[in-house]
Amino acid sequence: MDYFWDLFFSGLTRGSIYALIALGYTMVYGIIELINFAHGEIYMLGAFTGLIVAGICSVLGLSLISTLVLAIVIAMIYASAYGVTVERIAYRPLRNAPRLSPLISAIGMSIFLQNYVLLAQTSKFVPFPNLIPDFAFMQPFEDFIGPSELVIIVVTAVAMTVLTLFIKYTKIGKAMRATAQNRKMALLCGVNVDHVISMTFIIGSALAALGGVLIGSYMGQINFFIGFIAGIKAFTAAVLGGIGSIPGAVLGGLILGWTESFATGYVSSDYQDVFAFCLLVLILIFRPAGILGRTNTKKV
Amino acid sequence: MKGFIRSLQVALWFMFLTFPIMVIKVDIVEKTVQWRWMNLVYVGIGSFVLSFVWRFLMEKKNKGIKAREESRDEKLSFIQKILTEPRYNRPLFLGLLLFVLVFPWMFSTYQTNIMISALLYVVLGLGLNIVVGLAGLLDLGYVAFYAVGAYAYALLNYHFHLGFWTVLPIGGLLAAIFGILLGIPVLRLRGDYLAIVTLGFGEIIRLVLENWDEFSFGPSGISNIPRPGFFGLHLTVEQATIYIYYLVVIMSLITIFVVNRLQNSRLGRAWLALREDEIACEAMGIDRMKTKLAAFALGATWAGFAGVIFAAKTTFINPASFTFMESAIILSIVVLGGMGSIPGVILAAFLMILLPEYLRAFSQYRMLLFGASMVLVMVFRPQGLIPNVRRKYLYGQKQGVR
Amino acid sequence: MLPILEVKDLCMDFGGLRALDHINLEVFSDQIVALIGPNGAGKTTFFNCVTGIYEPTHGDILVLSRDDGQRKRINGLKPNKITELGLARTFQNIRLFPNMTVLENVMIGRHTRTRSWIFGALFRDKKTVQEEQETVEVSYNILKKLQLEKYVNEIASNLPYGAQRRLEIARALAAEPSLLLLDEPAAGMNPKETKQLEELILQIKEQERVSILLIEHDMKLVMNISEMVYVVEYGRLLAKGSPREIKEDERVIKAYLGEDHDA
Ligand SMILES: Nc1ncnc2c1ncn2[C@@H]1O[C@H](COP(=O)(O)OP(=O)(O)O)[C@@H](O)[C@H]1O
Ligand SMILES: [Mg+2]
Repeated sequence: MDYFWDLFFSGLTRGSIYALIALGYTMVYGIIELINFAHGEIYMLGAFTGLIVAGICSVLGLSLISTLVLAIVIAMIYASAYGVTVERIAYRPLRNAPRLSPLISAIGMSIFLQNYVLLAQTSKFVPFPNLIPDFAFMQPFEDFIGPSELVIIVVTAVAMTVLTLFIKYTKIGKAMRATAQNRKMALLCGVNVDHVISMTFIIGSALAALGGVLIGSYMGQINFFIGFIAGIKAFTAAVLGGIGSIPGAVLGGLILGWTESFATGYVSSDYQDVFAFCLLVLILIFRPAGILGRTNTKKV
Repeated sequence: MKGFIRSLQVALWFMFLTFPIMVIKVDIVEKTVQWRWMNLVYVGIGSFVLSFVWRFLMEKKNKGIKAREESRDEKLSFIQKILTEPRYNRPLFLGLLLFVLVFPWMFSTYQTNIMISALLYVVLGLGLNIVVGLAGLLDLGYVAFYAVGAYAYALLNYHFHLGFWTVLPIGGLLAAIFGILLGIPVLRLRGDYLAIVTLGFGEIIRLVLENWDEFSFGPSGISNIPRPGFFGLHLTVEQATIYIYYLVVIMSLITIFVVNRLQNSRLGRAWLALREDEIACEAMGIDRMKTKLAAFALGATWAGFAGVIFAAKTTFINPASFTFMESAIILSIVVLGGMGSIPGVILAAFLMILLPEYLRAFSQYRMLLFGASMVLVMVFRPQGLIPNVRRKYLYGQKQGVR
Repeated sequence: MLPILEVKDLCMDFGGLRALDHINLEVFSDQIVALIGPNGAGKTTFFNCVTGIYEPTHGDILVLSRDDGQRKRINGLKPNKITELGLARTFQNIRLFPNMTVLENVMIGRHTRTRSWIFGALFRDKKTVQEEQETVEVSYNILKKLQLEKYVNEIASNLPYGAQRRLEIARALAAEPSLLLLDEPAAGMNPKETKQLEELILQIKEQERVSILLIEHDMKLVMNISEMVYVVEYGRLLAKGSPREIKEDERVIKAYLGEDHDA
């Protein structure tokens, strides 16, 4: 039974990270109907920024907790800046182009960012310090949930709650929902659509960076390529839950996390990524609208 | 002046943006921090200059759009004129063909090998062009069919000692079958979902090849794959290279011929129409599934052929040759060249493969430039290097359709 | 004689919204039938159900097959199958293939009338070459009929608006349908162009021996050319009859003609 709980919590942890990244996909897709291929790279950039901050902090001898907070905050700021810049360069000029154009541009951006980090930093895996302290009260549960896992799960839950409240109650949140429903209409009603799109990229990127720093600390190493697989899996999560839906992204992330964790635990660890991809292919074929998504007939 | 200030702002923004990644490098284990301040200067100067270029191109693009709206005649570019005018294109094609034919006798085996790669990418690019360029189906897992071809040859040869010429059609056929099997469930999906599913499929194939040791020998791959036989003669490596070179040349010519015929046919028109408007297409009586499947299967067939040749050329294959990057490279050949444009795809294939080879100094920047050029082409020249020209039908007096 | 198109008790729901509510309609051969009603009444939805773009929630759509004269229930058939049976349509918001030439657009319309496939494309056997020639010829002649021949090799999206509307009709005609469905063909046209369109529709009906089901807001056009008019409102059939009967129908005047309807 312990083994089960072990898998359960590691699945929950993974799932939380997927959910954090998936939110970026889902929100961007909800608003501009684009699969932001470069989103995984934003997550990777967040992780690297976090690593750099942590490195400086450790040289300066700051405490673990302040290092963690600084790393997360700065990584989130930088990732948002990258997100907004990517949107301005690669997507905004293509807003009225055929559908495939921004998607190809996004793939190009993703390749570019990977190689940017590869060249500016390194092509190898680099160690990432553990930024999460060992809590004393965790001792009795240590067998199946570590402090990192707990922190990741709690932080994700808090981030989701804040985001949901933000979208529900703030003015910009309402504007985002309006734009997602009907961009032209929102524009006519005086919503600054450019602003809303930028905001979407800022929020999505910040959450991805949060995920990036946490996963770096959890896994203990990162490289320039981590965004690719994580990005696809997070996208899977978004589709699984129903793309465009925020609770869907969380649900999808968790389901994917558990699927992977249990499948590798009970079936075979060689095929960890294959499970995720199979799940993706199966959902898209059998329920492209996702669990919480709605199927609607296209108006002709 | 306004432009100057704007560029200054851009430069400052990028200096801020790239500061951590470009300037700082930390080592957690040694607890050292390395500061590379010069990079900040490069970024500043670079983005300052590039922002001028960006704005210039943007203005030009906007002007171009306006000009096109005003005059209804499309203007053919210089290259297109040369390519469409028989007076110019005949000697050009003949010259090129001649060059291609004598190439292996004038250059080293090494050069010939590079040329073989470039031509293989021509075949792959044109094959994917059927799927993406003509039918408008974004396939991000094209490399899977390439892998099917390569492994078909390697495994059939390993287990049953089948020769190259036997496997070549089998490889194409197997890839086509894979294409149809994948296509039936996924081709119903909307464009971008299709892209992701095909990407997933490509990765599944690669991961299976990597992990299923009993079947595919895992990451270490299969070596000692024989080169194609030549009437039972034993060829030296140099001779074999030249032989494969001509084989690939012929393969490329056949591909060009086939794609050209396809795009000027009832089926080809249906693909183009499908790319433009699926609903109108169905309303005009085109069977969406059947037409898409034809594109998918034909595209896959060509990847299968190319895979068999690739295995025979390198004599060694492993899953690392069939990553998503490979799909991305082939895709960017199609996009860069101009979707649906045969000369465009050929030119792009050569540029993509030969430039990094001959600009060794830049080769580490290859993928960086790749990514950047995909973005820039989409933004500034979405129709590609040599845009596809629609066929003009000419009329004689009565019914003389030429 | 059986009608070419017979619709019985057709209903279409979108979630909770009932866009079509028990509609009955018939079109006989050599007839021009008009479907009118305020915006949002469900006219386009009706076309979409009949041409297979939507699957109706309830009811029967029966079509006389162009080729064998058999009557078929077409609910749930794919649009391309329905086109093969002899129905062809135009769209309210023009849906040409914008980056293909005018001629190619019409050639696409010939798809149901031609057969060649991969083999024909690769080997260009005699049959394919012949078929291809015929396609070009027939398409060109249709363009001539619709006074579009001067645009043959133009990219479709470069055409003026009125010409694009006519090109949609040309493309549909290329399928040699027995019933042509026109969704607001005069939308956006000035009175002169509308008058020309009127003549064109009559001419097409005569020459091609095709029945026409027409959605249109221009009352003059509708009253001049149709033999039978159906009026829908909120997805329900409000009235049916000859143009004269409709003009005098109290309910129609109140519900539809009374209000501004120039949209
Ligand atoms: N795909 C769809 N999903 C939801 N509602 C739809 C859809 N298509 C049409 N409708 C609704 O059905 C009603 C009828 O629309 P339509 O047939 O376009 O009207 P008309 O062509 O008579 O102006 C409208 O209320 C419209 O909003
Ligand atoms: Mg309508």
